[in-house]
Amino acid sequence: MGKMIEIRWHGRGGQGAKTASLLLAEAAFDTGKYIQGFPEYGPERMGAPITAYNRISDDPITLHCNIYEPDYVVVVDESLLASVDVTAGLKKDGAVIVNSAKSPEEVRPLLKGFEGRVCTIDARVISEETLGRYFPNVPMLGALVKVSKIMDEDAFVTAMESSFRHKFASKPQVIDGNMAALRRSMQEVKGL
Amino acid sequence: MARKDKLSGNEAVAIAMKQIDPDVVAAFPITPSTEIPQYFSKFVADGEVHTEFVPVESEHSAMSACIGAEAAGARTMTATSANGLALMWEMLYIAASCRLPIALAAVNRALSGPINIHNDHSDTMGARDSGWIQIYCETNQEAYDTMIQAFPIAEHKDVRLPIMVCFDGFITSHSVENIELLEDEKVKEFVGEYRPEHYLLDKDNPVSVGPLDLPPYYFEHKRQQAQAMVNAKQVILETAKKFEELTGRKYGLFEEYRMEDAEVAVVIINSTAGTAKAVVDELREKGVKAGLVKIRVFRPFPFEELGKALAGLKAVAVMDKADSFSAAGGPLFAEVRSAMFDHARDTKAVNYIYGLGGRDVRTDDIMKVYEDLLEIAETGKVKSTVNYLGVRE
Amino acid sequence: MKKKMNVTAESSWKEVTPGGVITESGNAGDFRTGDWRSMKPVWNSEKCKQCLMCFPVCPDSSIKVCNGKMEGIDYDHCKGCGICAKVCPFDAIDFVEE
Repeated sequence: MGKMIEIRWHGRGGQGAKTASLLLAEAAFDTGKYIQGFPEYGPERMGAPITAYNRISDDPITLHCNIYEPDYVVVVDESLLASVDVTAGLKKDGAVIVNSAKSPEEVRPLLKGFEGRVCTIDARVISEETLGRYFPNVPMLGALVKVSKIMDEDAFVTAMESSFRHKFASKPQVIDGNMAALRRSMQEVKGL
Repeated sequence: MARKDKLSGNEAVAIAMKQIDPDVVAAFPITPSTEIPQYFSKFVADGEVHTEFVPVESEHSAMSACIGAEAAGARTMTATSANGLALMWEMLYIAASCRLPIALAAVNRALSGPINIHNDHSDTMGARDSGWIQIYCETNQEAYDTMIQAFPIAEHKDVRLPIMVCFDGFITSHSVENIELLEDEKVKEFVGEYRPEHYLLDKDNPVSVGPLDLPPYYFEHKRQQAQAMVNAKQVILETAKKFEELTGRKYGLFEEYRMEDAEVAVVIINSTAGTAKAVVDELREKGVKAGLVKIRVFRPFPFEELGKALAGLKAVAVMDKADSFSAAGGPLFAEVRSAMFDHARDTKAVNYIYGLGGRDVRTDDIMKVYEDLLEIAETGKVKSTVNYLGVRE
Repeated sequence: MKKKMNVTAESSWKEVTPGGVITESGNAGDFRTGDWRSMKPVWNSEKCKQCLMCFPVCPDSSIKVCNGKMEGIDYDHCKGCGICAKVCPFDAIDFVEE
């Protein structure tokens, strides 16, 4: 049985962490993997901390529980570090990816003693410069794939492009911006 | 070619409904089943189905409209959860006793109160004696496949009963997983045309439906209804066989997972069966003779077959995601243990009530159940028959 | 095509129709409600002027009319409500104990 990769997303309601987990599932599916993408539903308020999950594997996945010992954690909103123990259960040989303008060294002290890899990505700047608005989803996704190597980078980029072409068929101007955000995030993620 | 896709449970069931293209869908939104009528109403608006969509003002009205439509001769579907199902209660019995083969996607959710929108099985378990066929599904694929099998079962002349296709709210309904979809025309061919024997719009053979049924007749009608549920078992198996010929995917009354030489086993329904299978695999790697039985068809209950499947085991844990407040364990336990009385009387049986109101069930929790079973198998002694798993003590 | 149900209080559960569906239309006439009656109307053809006031008010369609003429009372179904006697302007219907 191949190795199953488990990912946990931390975000705030309305920021698109759930959408990001579904996008990842979709991209992994497109590269031939077995996938799960599911949110942990809470009070569903705008701004409330939310958690979403992914499982990605070469074999069928039967588990239907939340993820307690993830391989990777993605923090879509840096301000959550103060209130949520984002690295709880995170495997030591895994990594946490935080949306922040800070360096990994600056973020590490906020992570309650996590000893594994810490990566940061300034999704705000990338998103605002490529899309003209703040959508942290796509940059976080790009950073995650770069850090985790859960799928072939080229296959991932191709899958995302075809997904954007399908999703934004009626507004093609958005496709280039998203693709630029994706490529930049894969280059600019710190702490590799 | 069948199409590989990634879909949530609700999306998958809505697509099954689109492919079935029923005559009438009457539904009222309630979490976590809301997306089903939501997606479906889009199919209606886009002209992808020929269905008359009735946006009713309550679930009682939804089921009433379904009953009227089905009695008129229309193939009819709906979807609901929890309190929505509870509001249908009165009409569930009417649908079953009028022998109207309505199909309902029941997205399992805890029945309030206290108020809760998350998954357990208290809603459909409460409706277990309403006379509806109930089939429970572990995955999105099973929910999709079972929905496609629903009408060939329900409308069969020996059955003619309404059917609930049950799957877990959020865990299955909102989780995106790999799935294989059938081609539209294959679904249409498999489901076939609805040809009811008696229906209100048959102008050449006028009928009355749902008359007052006093003591000289009522009992005979209930006996006949009971027989329909007995007959359903064979029809469910025949339908599964035809479905297997079409798709290669095999379905039965229940699934036996690594039961060949098992000494201990868990009996369970819906999505947690998948989590438990991963635990069984882990135990098997250590050489522990652990197995699992996932009940798919709960109504009709596979009394005889299940009793035989559990014969010879040392210990069995029945896991209920609902309490019946009988002070004697959950509903699944009561029935499984009763089934064991004829064929597996020497097997120890214990009950675990778990996951109420969406409490997540971890592999560690299931592992604890197997550890308890192994202890019972070794000592032959049961310390506690009814147990609550994962509750704070 | 009219199907005869042949379902009676002697029929076994295998013979009754599914869900109690009634497959024969217009069968209310088969149900004799005449034996519910404790008082009965008695028509006096001598006094009757064929005004037919009794016909539309009878709740059980028990005024027998043929070719536009009142011909008597259907005692198989008349429940003895007495409305016909009350409405008759010519005292042509008596209302008496059974």
